[in-house]
Amino acid sequence: MPVFYEKRQLVTPGDLLAENSYLAGENTFKEDDKIYATRVGLVNYENRNIYVMALKSFYIPMVGDTVIGKVVEVSLSGWIVDVKAPYLGMLRASDVLERSFRPQKDDLPSMFDVGDIIIAKVVASDRTRGPLLTIREPGLGKITRGQTTEVTPTKIPRLIGKKGSMVTMIKQEAGCRILIGQNGLVHISGRSPKDERLAIMAIRKVEQEAHTSGLTDRVAEMIRKEKNEKKEVGKKDVKEES
Amino acid sequence: MSKKKVKKLIDEKGIRHDGRKLNELRPIKIEVGALDNADGSAYIEQGKNKILAAVYGPKEVHPKHLALPDRMLLRCRYHMAPFSVQERKSPAPSRRDIELSKVIRDAFEPAVFTEFYPGTSVDIFIEVLQADGGTRCASITAASLALADAGIPLRDLVSACAAGKVDGRLVLDLNDVEDKEGEADLPLAYMSNLNAITLLQMDGMLTGKEFEQVIDLAMGGCKQIYQLQKEALKGKYVEVEEAIEEEAKEE
Repeated sequence: MPVFYEKRQLVTPGDLLAENSYLAGENTFKEDDKIYATRVGLVNYENRNIYVMALKSFYIPMVGDTVIGKVVEVSLSGWIVDVKAPYLGMLRASDVLERSFRPQKDDLPSMFDVGDIIIAKVVASDRTRGPLLTIREPGLGKITRGQTTEVTPTKIPRLIGKKGSMVTMIKQEAGCRILIGQNGLVHISGRSPKDERLAIMAIRKVEQEAHTSGLTDRVAEMIRKEKNEKKEVGKKDVKEES
Repeated sequence: MSKKKVKKLIDEKGIRHDGRKLNELRPIKIEVGALDNADGSAYIEQGKNKILAAVYGPKEVHPKHLALPDRMLLRCRYHMAPFSVQERKSPAPSRRDIELSKVIRDAFEPAVFTEFYPGTSVDIFIEVLQADGGTRCASITAASLALADAGIPLRDLVSACAAGKVDGRLVLDLNDVEDKEGEADLPLAYMSNLNAITLLQMDGMLTGKEFEQVIDLAMGGCKQIYQLQKEALKGKYVEVEEAIEEEAKEE
């Protein structure tokens, strides 16, 4: 059972990855006992499972995912939410009210209006209808402050790191609260816009160098350096003024 | 009044009027990710052809009634810029533009996993900036890279190339003059790894034997283009590749 590529080698769609008794994993397909890649990415195999880590992809909602989205429409009995996927998300009014929805009494725009950013969880998704969202869990709901930035969805696991090591480090170093949506939207809120900018810079670095190892340490170093530079610049300004 | 031939298109040594051999492609330059706004894009120069391809999606279908319940809707718009040819071309889609949009779309249907994302659409836009024969083939080559760049799962990259008969000789990758003056032109789109043809057209006259030879010739051209496509796609991620190689060395 031959394998035609080394681990972590760059492949393009249609590349023959392996033959015979391998299992076709993510971003691959099997035809006549041959496994081919379907996306540009890096090959990897674990035991008999062969898969491609895509370098660019789009988000497909999965049940249980936490996502960040923007309310695009207030409908008759709920909200329609853009979750950066090919399908629009649905959030039902009864889910927010925690009781059945009464159209005469309940005013939907006063709860969420068009343009609001919300963090929600996917409870149902089958690619035939838009994913159904819920905010009935602690930590979910409307986001009122901070800013959001976008990351390629395939790189979200790298941003989270092993057991959350990467994101925890960025949180500590930059002093920001960071919420990660599986759909590639990341929300950052800190004490000052400066801190938020620092966190976004770190996230950009993670996105660009997602494929390298020892990244956590390098990002931590970068944040510290940036912080010190800013302090020094601040000191200089004070001196010049005085 | 008989039409005067300016000069022979192929000389005695088998060299064509632009200096190519019979089975030689025009010089090809490909750039992946040429446009920032598109989800995926590619730019190709094949001889004097200059073509941009952009891909948007997958996204919800507009208008909604066009959505397909069992598969993704693949749409394609092939368009020639008014300044792409000697005589100004009307910017409105011509009969030819509409036909080419259709055949290009059909050339991609077998390559894209449309059944993965029902109820969504992917739009392919092809803009010919300068045309010199064989634009449908160059368009397919570029658009397939744009699809891959957009992260849309593909069975294989589609490469396309024409072959035909000029001055009684079988030649690869016809340009505008050869296409117009020659006896036959056969554009072919081909998935090299899967050995599958996704587009086959022909105009002019060929004998059965010649037809088979021309197909083989065109397939050979597609295989060369396929290698260039792969290089171009990997070219976008050179940094990634280098970083990984460096790490491998360190280990």
